[in-house]
Amino acid sequence: MADVDYQPSKPSSKLSGVSLYPVYAVVYVLALSAILVIAFYYMLTGKGARFDFGWFLESTSPFMWASIGIGLSISLSVVGAAWGIFTTGVSILGGGVKAPRIKTKNLISIIFCEAVAIYGIIMAIVIANQLGTYDPLTASETVIRDSHYAGFQMFAAGLTVGLSNIACGISVGIVGSGAALADAQNASLFVKLLIIEIFATAIGLFGIIVAILQITGVKMGTD
Amino acid sequence: MSAYAMPEMYFNIDHGYLEGLVRGFKGGILKQADYLNLVQCESLDDLKLHLQSTDYGNFLANEPSPLTVSVIDDKLKEKLVIEFQHLRNHCLEPLATFLDYITYSYMIDNIILLITGTLHQRPINELIPKCHPLGSFEQMEAIHIAATPAELYNAVLVDTPLAPYFIDCISEQDLDEMNIEIIRNTLYKAYLEDFYSFCSELGGATAEVMCDALAFEADRRAFIITINSFGTELTKDDRAKLYPRCGKLNPYGLTQLGRADDYDQVRAVADIYGEYKELFEGSGTNPGDKTLEDRFFDREVQLMKNSFMQQFQMGTFYSYVKLKEQENRNIVWIAECVAQRHRAKIDSYIPIF
Repeated sequence: MADVDYQPSKPSSKLSGVSLYPVYAVVYVLALSAILVIAFYYMLTGKGARFDFGWFLESTSPFMWASIGIGLSISLSVVGAAWGIFTTGVSILGGGVKAPRIKTKNLISIIFCEAVAIYGIIMAIVIANQLGTYDPLTASETVIRDSHYAGFQMFAAGLTVGLSNIACGISVGIVGSGAALADAQNASLFVKLLIIEIFATAIGLFGIIVAILQITGVKMGTD
Repeated sequence: MSAYAMPEMYFNIDHGYLEGLVRGFKGGILKQADYLNLVQCESLDDLKLHLQSTDYGNFLANEPSPLTVSVIDDKLKEKLVIEFQHLRNHCLEPLATFLDYITYSYMIDNIILLITGTLHQRPINELIPKCHPLGSFEQMEAIHIAATPAELYNAVLVDTPLAPYFIDCISEQDLDEMNIEIIRNTLYKAYLEDFYSFCSELGGATAEVMCDALAFEADRRAFIITINSFGTELTKDDRAKLYPRCGKLNPYGLTQLGRADDYDQVRAVADIYGEYKELFEGSGTNPGDKTLEDRFFDREVQLMKNSFMQQFQMGTFYSYVKLKEQENRNIVWIAECVAQRHRAKIDSYIPIF
């Protein structure tokens, strides 16, 4: 590497912006000191047993977990799809100026990215169909236990499909961008790169399969 | 802007379209088949006809015949300038600063041209058309108001983007006393090191590609300055001050180069470094050998072609400008050989693709 030998003695004369690291450092220090103060307060005043994760899980409402799961499923998937579309879309536009023939073929990459958002919305609808209500004062223990279980499962399913769709969208976008630019130079490369993209979309499919496995069989509420 | 870990995720937001565009431009660079057509031309009109079927199109259509080589040269330059200006007008930071850095080398050449012309009492409107359009800056017209270089600096140059390069290395009395070529080389050294630190600050793939390219440029300048200074009155200390330090030769190679007295000692320094050893090995002054400058051009073209292998980095813009410059030199060389009907060395252009 060339820059191992030469250490520039001064920064460049045209500053490329202000560094964000002081902001990150301040936020990190504040968060860390808040957590430490709270933890030491509980520990040193003899109330350590009150820091109870199990109590937290039992007393929060399963409806909250389920609804957050539905929200995460659609919103994170949309983030992944958007990331992929902008990454590949601008490359298609740039490459299409000097090689107009790539315009139509490369829309396949955009369709693959869009499919990621569709997985998210399907999961959101499937999860939302499982929602049900119960009266916490009169319901039986089984119903309450099943509903808590269902709430956690819905949250996990939404998170699963959301995070895997972010990864899928990003990777389809980057591969699609390379495919567009390679296609502009040499038309025979496109089909090979499409095979790589198909593998990239498969990971989104894995996410939705696991999420469906998580969501089958849950029973929330009395209806 | 700091060194983001994964440029693939963020680069396309701001610069994706222009990268796609510059790769399209790169696809229009003449290939070996086009050069084979060009060397078979009998006249400059033939050349114009062959260039019409390439990416150049009808760029010579409005020129009155008979064509001359200088007209072809100007039009080739104009095409590069139009494409570069288009890129520069559409870009965001930090690509805008990066493209500005590319123009500073042309600006240095323009300033030296204007200073020399002014010192020889040439009128300003004779000098301005000779300047390279990529390196134009607002104060160009005002250069002739100054009588001495020191006055020139205080009045005009301090507002240009090149001011920091003057400040660090040249004091006022130096400007008056120094040879104009030494001023040029000192400015270029400061510019190259500044560009190098800018690219390393950008980080990521851009730093990888650009730092290699600029290190090669620095080493090449060190070798060429040393070889050209044999037989002149440039002292070794002055010569050592002109070497850019951002290359692979720093620090041991540069100290040894500073002590070299003839070509063989320079060659001995190059033998320590693998890639420069093979450049010196194949070169020589016998007929049929490539000259050292040609080997350097070959290696530069190789580095620039390799930079297109990486996506999501700004080195493609720099490489595009360098490759286009090389292509222009090739076409002008072939045109000169054709115009003078001296076809012996017509094949010693540097093939690109």
